Amino acid sequence: MSGDVIGYILRRILHSIPLVIGVSIIGFGIMHLAPGGPLAVYTLNPTITVTDIERLRVALGLDQPIHLQYLSWAKAMLTGSWGVTFFGGRPVLEVILERVPATMTLMGSSLALAIVIGTLIGILGAVKRNSIFDYLATTGAMLALSFPTFWFGLMAIYVFAIQLGWLPSGGMYELGEEGNPWDLLRHLILPVMVLTLVLLATWSRYSRSSFLDVIQQDYIRTARSKGLGERQILFRHALRNAVIPLVALLGVQLPTLFSGALVAETIFSWPGMGRLFVDALNMKEYPILMGMIMFTAFFVIVGNLIADVAIAAIDPRVKLA
Amino acid sequence: MVDISVSDAVPTRSYTQTIARRFLSHRLAVVGAVMVVFLCASALFAQLVSPHDPMRIDTSQRFLPPFVSWGHLLGTDDLGRDTLSRLLYGGQVSLAVGIVAMLTTMVTGTLVGLAAGYYGGIIDNLLMRLVDTLLCFPQVFLLLVIAAFVPPTILSISLIIGLTSWMEVSRIVRAQVSSLKEMDFIQASRGFGASNWRIMLVELLPNIMAPVLVAATLKVATAVLMESYISFLGYGVQPPMASWGNMLTNAQGYFDTVPFLAILPGVLITFTVMSFNFLGDGLRDAIDARLKIDP
Repeated sequence: MSGDVIGYILRRILHSIPLVIGVSIIGFGIMHLAPGGPLAVYTLNPTITVTDIERLRVALGLDQPIHLQYLSWAKAMLTGSWGVTFFGGRPVLEVILERVPATMTLMGSSLALAIVIGTLIGILGAVKRNSIFDYLATTGAMLALSFPTFWFGLMAIYVFAIQLGWLPSGGMYELGEEGNPWDLLRHLILPVMVLTLVLLATWSRYSRSSFLDVIQQDYIRTARSKGLGERQILFRHALRNAVIPLVALLGVQLPTLFSGALVAETIFSWPGMGRLFVDALNMKEYPILMGMIMFTAFFVIVGNLIADVAIAAIDPRVKLA
Repeated sequence: MVDISVSDAVPTRSYTQTIARRFLSHRLAVVGAVMVVFLCASALFAQLVSPHDPMRIDTSQRFLPPFVSWGHLLGTDDLGRDTLSRLLYGGQVSLAVGIVAMLTTMVTGTLVGLAAGYYGGIIDNLLMRLVDTLLCFPQVFLLLVIAAFVPPTILSISLIIGLTSWMEVSRIVRAQVSSLKEMDFIQASRGFGASNWRIMLVELLPNIMAPVLVAATLKVATAVLMESYISFLGYGVQPPMASWGNMLTNAQGYFDTVPFLAILPGVLITFTVMSFNFLGDGLRDAIDARLKIDP
């Protein structure tokens, strides 16, 4: 059994390799799409002459055939040297990694909330199908999928920060309060609310249909005819099978989570990766942009890998061979 | 010389009629359709309906409040421009981007899906790995990077949105084509010597139109949303041209004093996205219902 699982994990990792290569080729391609190529920022600097740029081109190997450039770039990515920033000359990977904790705090709390609330809404909607609650939840999800996240964020700032003055309108800590968990919590509420809503809509709809599928199956009827309580049937028997498609959804939703975090971080000046990305965009910091694109894509690949392995672990029907 | 069509007058419903009937009995779908027609009409006739030139600046008329200002039904913005006119012209931009992006998505997704499903083998493998790869990138990140490199026009924004969102469509089309291509009518036309192109475009394409149409409607909704995202972040439609996204960016600066300017564009984006979502969901239900009745 355990040998099977390890074999499955190894095979699944092997299947991810073409994806990693594909992602790196597209990332490399986009970098060369940039007007002026990777040296664009120097062409804008009046103190750097044409001969200087030519010398840089040769020094950086940009005069070589494109496939050789790709190979040396890919080798550098693999060894963790993701280039240096145009402004300040700091290692790109370091700049990105220092933003990870803030983004993970935001994404983690939103995801946890969305999973718990969304699953509960889904279960209730499935059990009390076509009730007023079900109708309201479906309409609410439809509405949440239709309005632009940033607009919802702006409205939340208007109500809770400007009008009521209950919560701060942005940032992670007040000045001088760095590291104070209560201050962090106050700043987290609005961005988490916005990001949770994005995920909640999809999550509650999927968990509703997943539970509907499961509770109509024979083994649930068997459990009911054994005289088990409704709560035990739902949370012990149905939940286990109903979460399997939801774990897959989790993997698929990762890109959406990153996109949502970018928007939430921009509106609430949250010092995470999304904010870094938008700032880099405004300053034409191509090395950071490329680093971020590659980082998020790798994260999505690894996330999906973990989701697949988790499904194989909880679902005995998945064939490992 | 006997006219059989007369004696053969059994009341049968065509496929299209069945779907139309189901669609019309779906209340939200009809609401969505009416809203879409209304939005398209107001965008098409923006030039005729607008009370003012949306770009005309009048600094003596700044921040007029809505509903009470003579000649400016929805008030004016920070430069004294008429809000109603800007919203109407902004709607033109949003819908144009939505529709052109949807067409780009549909053409790319259908071609890739057709080729992958029909040829199979290595072509299928390569194309589907490309799809998997593109789906690893968060769409907003990809959109913004490309939008930052390309000079923003309505056409370029539409193309960028379309070219970063065709992947799901190609998966839908591929799944349909791979199940259809072994059927007798395809084998027959191959037997008659039809070319691959003819089989794909004349025989297969009409048979997969239903799910493609549903996807197309829903894609207009996401494209409108995406346009508002990139315009809001400053990489979409550029001022002074109005778009709902950049009107929101502008309103953000006067947010604490004139919240009304920020509310309206958001309501209209939501309204538009929801209309297309209702329409798309209704179409899907209408088509699926038929599949359940006679599989």
